[in-house]
Amino acid sequence: MFQSIVSYGLAVGAVYALIGITYNVMYSASRVFSFTAGMLGMLGGVLGALFIHKWGMNAVLGFVLVLGCGALMGLVTEILTVRPVLKSIEQHLYVLSTLAFALMIQQVTAIEWGTEAQPFPVLIPIETGTVSAWLDQKFLLPLLACAVTIAGLEYLYRRTLIGRAFLAIAEDSYAARALGLPETRLRLASYAIAGIIGTLAGFTGAQMLLAYFGNQAILSFYGFVPVALGGMGSNRGAVIGGLALGLFQQAANFLVGGIFAAVAVFAVFIVVLLIRPEGLAGAATARRV
Amino acid sequence: MTDTAAPISQPKAPAGWLGRLEGSAWWIVLGLAGLLLPLLEDSYIGVIAQRAYIYWVLSAGLNLVVGYAGQIAIGWVSMLTLGAYTTAALAAGRVGPEWHPFLALAAGGVMGAVAGVVVGLPALRLRTFYFAMTTLGFSTIVTQVALAWKDVTGGGVGTPGPVFPWPFDPGWGFYYFCFFLAALATWMTANIGASRYGRALVAIRDAEVAAEASGVSKARLLILVFMLAGALGGVAGGLFASLQSYITPDAFTFEMSVLFFIAILIGGRGSILGPALATIILTALPEFAAPLVQWSTFLYATLLLVIVLVIPGGIADLLDFRNRRPLEKHREIVTRPELLARVLDRHSEKNTLSMTGIELHFGGVRAIDGLDLEVRSGEVHGLIGPNGSGKTTALNVLSGYYKPHAGEARLNGAVLPFLEAHTRADRRIARTFQTPRIVGGASVLDNVMIGGTIFGQATFSETLLSLPRHRRDEAHLREAALLALATVGLEQLAAVRADRLQHSELRFMEIARALMLRPAFLMLDEPAAGLSAEEIRRLGALIVAISRSGTGVLLIEHHADLIFDICDRVTVLNLGKKLAAGTPAEIRSHREVVSAYLGA
Repeated sequence: MFQSIVSYGLAVGAVYALIGITYNVMYSASRVFSFTAGMLGMLGGVLGALFIHKWGMNAVLGFVLVLGCGALMGLVTEILTVRPVLKSIEQHLYVLSTLAFALMIQQVTAIEWGTEAQPFPVLIPIETGTVSAWLDQKFLLPLLACAVTIAGLEYLYRRTLIGRAFLAIAEDSYAARALGLPETRLRLASYAIAGIIGTLAGFTGAQMLLAYFGNQAILSFYGFVPVALGGMGSNRGAVIGGLALGLFQQAANFLVGGIFAAVAVFAVFIVVLLIRPEGLAGAATARRV
Repeated sequence: MTDTAAPISQPKAPAGWLGRLEGSAWWIVLGLAGLLLPLLEDSYIGVIAQRAYIYWVLSAGLNLVVGYAGQIAIGWVSMLTLGAYTTAALAAGRVGPEWHPFLALAAGGVMGAVAGVVVGLPALRLRTFYFAMTTLGFSTIVTQVALAWKDVTGGGVGTPGPVFPWPFDPGWGFYYFCFFLAALATWMTANIGASRYGRALVAIRDAEVAAEASGVSKARLLILVFMLAGALGGVAGGLFASLQSYITPDAFTFEMSVLFFIAILIGGRGSILGPALATIILTALPEFAAPLVQWSTFLYATLLLVIVLVIPGGIADLLDFRNRRPLEKHREIVTRPELLARVLDRHSEKNTLSMTGIELHFGGVRAIDGLDLEVRSGEVHGLIGPNGSGKTTALNVLSGYYKPHAGEARLNGAVLPFLEAHTRADRRIARTFQTPRIVGGASVLDNVMIGGTIFGQATFSETLLSLPRHRRDEAHLREAALLALATVGLEQLAAVRADRLQHSELRFMEIARALMLRPAFLMLDEPAAGLSAEEIRRLGALIVAISRSGTGVLLIEHHADLIFDICDRVTVLNLGKKLAAGTPAEIRSHREVVSAYLGA
């Protein structure tokens, strides 16, 4: 039992963390929380199963193609649902526009792919699980994806010029524009990166979560919890929060049952936010009159 | 249904923003159609109509949350789920003995009210997206619990819905039951919408700081509204369970929330009739276009995206012909200070509002660095200084938006607590804003009436039922607001949407709103900015008249002429410090002031 709490909990937590990072990457570039993060996760699983399982595509090719679709989705999200409402960001219309877009994609998926959860192919054709339950690929892959993403983003943000430009936009987009940074193109790039990370989360987690259109709502919420708890824009917070959430959820599932696990997560979420609206690691922002 | 129409057709301002679409004619047509529908003897249409009524019972409440208060509650289907399962489980005896269906339905409403508050609490502190996410998360979790809690909900297999006894038995009896509850929900929410509570909700949505300055307690009001919206959602759920006759978690998809939500957006924010019509149309539409059923949610979502991107104001805005009529081009603001005696209480008592040793810094910037200031009844106190010298910040400290790091404020010797901006109105401290904070979509009259919020006597439930005290409140507020508007010279524009006014008119409108408080102290933040010379002269006379009737005025201004003409005393700020204080004559000849600010 302990083994399955820890391995399943950490793996699911890694998926949540990646979705959280997806939220963050989009937020940093545009100050917009986009409901498309859960949709990307859902698509990662469904498209992966479609390409590899249904169409018999090579796993590596399918993987690359899924990420490509994710990047494309990110671009469409930015152009269609974010850019038009950025001018009046204080009206929060982006909440509705991104939600509407996410629901449209979800509905198309439900109709074309079906509303039943369908299996996701085993990616690496070795029975790793036989060696030790700890080494099962369906648990290892999300964790690996999470580690690679974090390392990649750290490298991008800290070591490359374009990454620093991303940070500059996130810090102060007016000043960044004044410096001559191409804000729009950087924002587009950020959304493409977010699309890749979101589908990566769904793809690597799909052996666990299956290829299921309903994962969208679940990932939207559970992926947001670590962001809210860890402080928005903080990827470190999202990873810690995501892993903790996964472990907590699994432990509660085993110890007190599914009903109370769900209620407990929600209760913790509400209580923490009421006590510290800026998240456990975030800083309070001054109000402006 | 005539009941439903009554509160809306009351004599009210010629064109309140509520009244723009909602002539009673529409309601009478809808009511008659509803009453006579059973004559068609078509049970299929009957079922569709019942579903529309049930959805509207929920949406009517949600309309106050989304359309009026502007809270993005996207997962309100959870209230429907909770109400349905509570009613069904209690009526079927899955928890203890079998309840009478009506009692079970009431319990569903109570459950919804409790859940409404639980979900609503985060809205008091959290930013928009967080709240949207909370409601979404809540609806996800309610469905998960419904699936997992097999003893009570029957899990995926489901549970039978309640059957109401004669005369509300399934069929046309139940039809009339749903119709009656929908009409009741309409009537009650229309009462709230057209009351000071409704205006305060819209003010929270569009001009939160102004709402606080007018004494609106956001937390209390939102909790009440969430409770009402939850209760209506719960009742709708109980009815829904009965209509479905058998409920499973699948019946409560998140997509239903989208239907409720876009009905409100399409109908227009701050309207009751628009969302009601939209709910009926959206419920019926897929039924008459069979191939669309599968794609209905997709179409709803597309519609939502189109509305947000193309017409964020909803259809009500498109149909708002009255406010397209051109206004008179060359309008003149003719103030009538002689009316002030009727607008303000004559204060014979002497009040003082003071700050001592205030220090406030934002990060490394010392915005205020040890400021002393005293404003007394009956005098105009000018606060001047270069940009960034801390004038507005000082005003924000006094009116409770900032908490200084040191120092204290006192009103008549009693300590004035910092923050808690909404308590300033009770102390009769009113203010205007450097950038007018207004509800653009509401009429000028409604905007001004917001200022009198604290004088309302009727409780929320009295307003809900339109009891006499509520109607008296409204009459008094309207009268006072018209008088205040006449005083500042805007009575001709009372019925016009506020966002059509010129900038200078908005400044006078804010003063009228502040006067509604019958203030002991009035704080004006650059009221002359953007005014013509003639308007400034009239403004000056008005301010003097206000102070002579006993109100203490704190005036922040850059127009030196105005300051030296009308102020009794002047304080000059520079870099957060007091540079000088005294009579206008003393200040004018103060060497440092002249060199730092006035110029030679």
